[in-house]
Amino acid sequence: MEKARPLWANPLQFVFACISYAVGLGNVWRFPYLCQMFGGGSFLVPYVIMLIVEGMPLLYLELAVGQRMRQGSIGAWRTISPYLSGVGVASVVVSFFLSMYYNVINAWAFWYLFHSFQDPLPWSVCPLNSNRTGYDEECEKASTTQYFWYRKTLNISPSIQDSGGVQWEPALCLILAWLVVYLCILRGTASTGKVVYFTASLPYCVLIIYLVRGLTLHGATNGLVYMFTPKLEQLANPKAWINAATQIFFSLGLGFGSLIAFASYNEPSSNCQKHAIIVSLINSSTSIFASIVTFSIYGFKATFNYESCLNKVILLLTNSFDLEDGFLTASNLEQVKGYLASAYPSRYSEVLPQIKNCSLESELDTAVQGTGLAFIVYTEAIKNMEVSQLWSVLYFFMLLMLGLGSMLGNTAAILTPLTDSTLVSRHLPKEVISGLVCLINLAVGMVFTMEAGSYWFDIFNDYAATLSLLLIVLVETVAVCYVYGLRRFESDLQAMTGRSLNWYWKAMWAGVSPLLIISLLIFYLSDYILTGTLQYQAWDASQGKLVTKDYPTHALAVIGLLVAASTMCIPLVALGIFVRSRLKKGDTAPVA
Amino acid sequence: MLWLLFFLVTAIHAELCQPDAENAFKVRLSIRTALGDKAYVWDTNEEYLFKAMVAFSMRKVPNREKTEISHVVLCNVTQRVSFWFVVTDPSKNHTLPADEVQSAIRMNRNRINNAFFLNDQTLEFLKIPSTLAPPTDPSVPIWIIVFGVVFCIVIVAITLLVLSGIRQRRRKNKGPSEMDDTEDKCENTVTIENGIPCDPLDMKGGHINDTFMTEEERLTPL
Repeated sequence: MEKARPLWANPLQFVFACISYAVGLGNVWRFPYLCQMFGGGSFLVPYVIMLIVEGMPLLYLELAVGQRMRQGSIGAWRTISPYLSGVGVASVVVSFFLSMYYNVINAWAFWYLFHSFQDPLPWSVCPLNSNRTGYDEECEKASTTQYFWYRKTLNISPSIQDSGGVQWEPALCLILAWLVVYLCILRGTASTGKVVYFTASLPYCVLIIYLVRGLTLHGATNGLVYMFTPKLEQLANPKAWINAATQIFFSLGLGFGSLIAFASYNEPSSNCQKHAIIVSLINSSTSIFASIVTFSIYGFKATFNYESCLNKVILLLTNSFDLEDGFLTASNLEQVKGYLASAYPSRYSEVLPQIKNCSLESELDTAVQGTGLAFIVYTEAIKNMEVSQLWSVLYFFMLLMLGLGSMLGNTAAILTPLTDSTLVSRHLPKEVISGLVCLINLAVGMVFTMEAGSYWFDIFNDYAATLSLLLIVLVETVAVCYVYGLRRFESDLQAMTGRSLNWYWKAMWAGVSPLLIISLLIFYLSDYILTGTLQYQAWDASQGKLVTKDYPTHALAVIGLLVAASTMCIPLVALGIFVRSRLKKGDTAPVA
Repeated sequence: MLWLLFFLVTAIHAELCQPDAENAFKVRLSIRTALGDKAYVWDTNEEYLFKAMVAFSMRKVPNREKTEISHVVLCNVTQRVSFWFVVTDPSKNHTLPADEVQSAIRMNRNRINNAFFLNDQTLEFLKIPSTLAPPTDPSVPIWIIVFGVVFCIVIVAITLLVLSGIRQRRRKNKGPSEMDDTEDKCENTVTIENGIPCDPLDMKGGHINDTFMTEEERLTPL
């Protein structure tokens, strides 16, 4: 008798699981950057268009496949066509790579969270140098938050070749992060279903609190106005459209197999069309909501820096010309500068090189994305708020929830095919399989806690999932529409859910979405080929800033391996199955 | 004659205290930045207090216990407020060496700052670096304490879940095996009693948990 498949306790758990998976760190740290780079408010136009044309159809496709096949990614694609089970294998491989490096972010979030219980916050002051007459040199050249990130958290080495040893503090945090993930996936959907209530809803609570706080900060409106002012000429820039498509694609987490895994635990009659629309709309509106918060924080930080820059200039002039203390203010600065230039020309020309041109626009223009935004820019803003410990704890707790929610999806993508296959689940109970997966990921993840770990993290972040996912989703769409047959799939869905398939979805699946993905693939490949050698940003401790370096050959080999390991699965498995079926035919022929 | 001596003394004093003179230090105060509305005006009384604090600091140095307020000379007071000062020896002909003055000021920096309601940034002695307060380093870093707490909670939760899972599985395994025994006995009685079937007692069917049944399984397969 077949063991019954576990189900979500109610449809809300499924929706929450998908939201918690899709709404991740990318919504917080990638979308605001894109919005700022590609025209502010006008970026929303390509974003919404891509959502409707690409995001919703592909999401609906994955959920429908999972709900129909009722198996993890490998089993689902094997059911569609045995030659295509390589797609499922590729999904599992990509999920495996992702979970290896993604949990390191959670480890860093834990690290910052634990350090938020101090007064003053450790990233707000520089440590002293050896003879206690000044501050540490690296910290002076960079800023306190950069120093805390690059030196105290990562203890980063100057280049990817100097690996250094495993740092025990981030390693401990990584162990804790994996233990927490294990705790959440231990019992399968029973435990995951309860955890996603928290991981989906708590980030919104924190975002709302931050929105209220952010909008009341001094200078927040500067950021909001600057960022959201539409620069309509960016609409003509093809990069804006490509980045909008890419962001929608990766933000929804398509192609990893997590959505298929989640949907496979659904009741067959549940309305996955409604769920797909809800999840994609919530994901995009969260991105926009998070960017409002981010821009108000940017505005606060930029205004704060601008005012400190002005104060430094005022102090410099007051000291050089022995003016009365408090005489120079921001409002009369220009006049007084003019007066001093005419009255004391020689002394003024001596001081002139040190006077910095403080500009609010240049402060606002610093666009940051990724870990830099989350761990450097945000912490810089937080340290200047009142009761900074509270804001810091809230913020890193939110990052943890976002990261954990995505991790649950990733591990589900790996575990569902494993528990589905009778080969593995016959010998080992579910808890042991989960434990082994977590342990293997933890062991490999120790690489990212070394001194050069952040550089390897960037490699995985940039190359492990990007090309492979595009290819996987392209093959998925083509497989469902042309190999399995769109009409057959349509009648399956109708029998399963009782609702007919709208012509819009059919048009998108058969035509528009594959074309979009092909164009994205072409763009990415041409971009890689045109740029020639791949480069990365390394931290230079002596200068206190990032410098660009070329990747050494062994790093390039790893990049190639990462991309090949997942993409080659598709043709190799197809070939393997073809060979096996030929051998079987050869065996049976003489007997008959 | 006395007037001549007085002029001579002030002239010598004036020579001793000059901007960039030997053993002279520049002091810079930012009273309005520090105190805002409560800022006081810098007048000769405040200067007197300053001289007193410097003399007090010098008196703490061994061999300089006889330093008087009159030995501290201020000059070039600007609107900023900034001025230069030197400390002379009892003969009022020479200035005390810079390192002695520097170490004396550094020792008593806190007292001097507090006398004027200022701090190291708003009462600056140029060329005298201030000793920065070391950051408070607790014996056990706080983050390890928080980490330990969270770690223990997670380990306990995992152990509880794993143990309850093992217990559930053991109960499930024991259940069907007991039913197997009675069924065997039943079959034994069948063979012994020669022909009464035990088929109606379909024990195995009753152990599937209905909440996990799917729609298709509710319909009896043909």
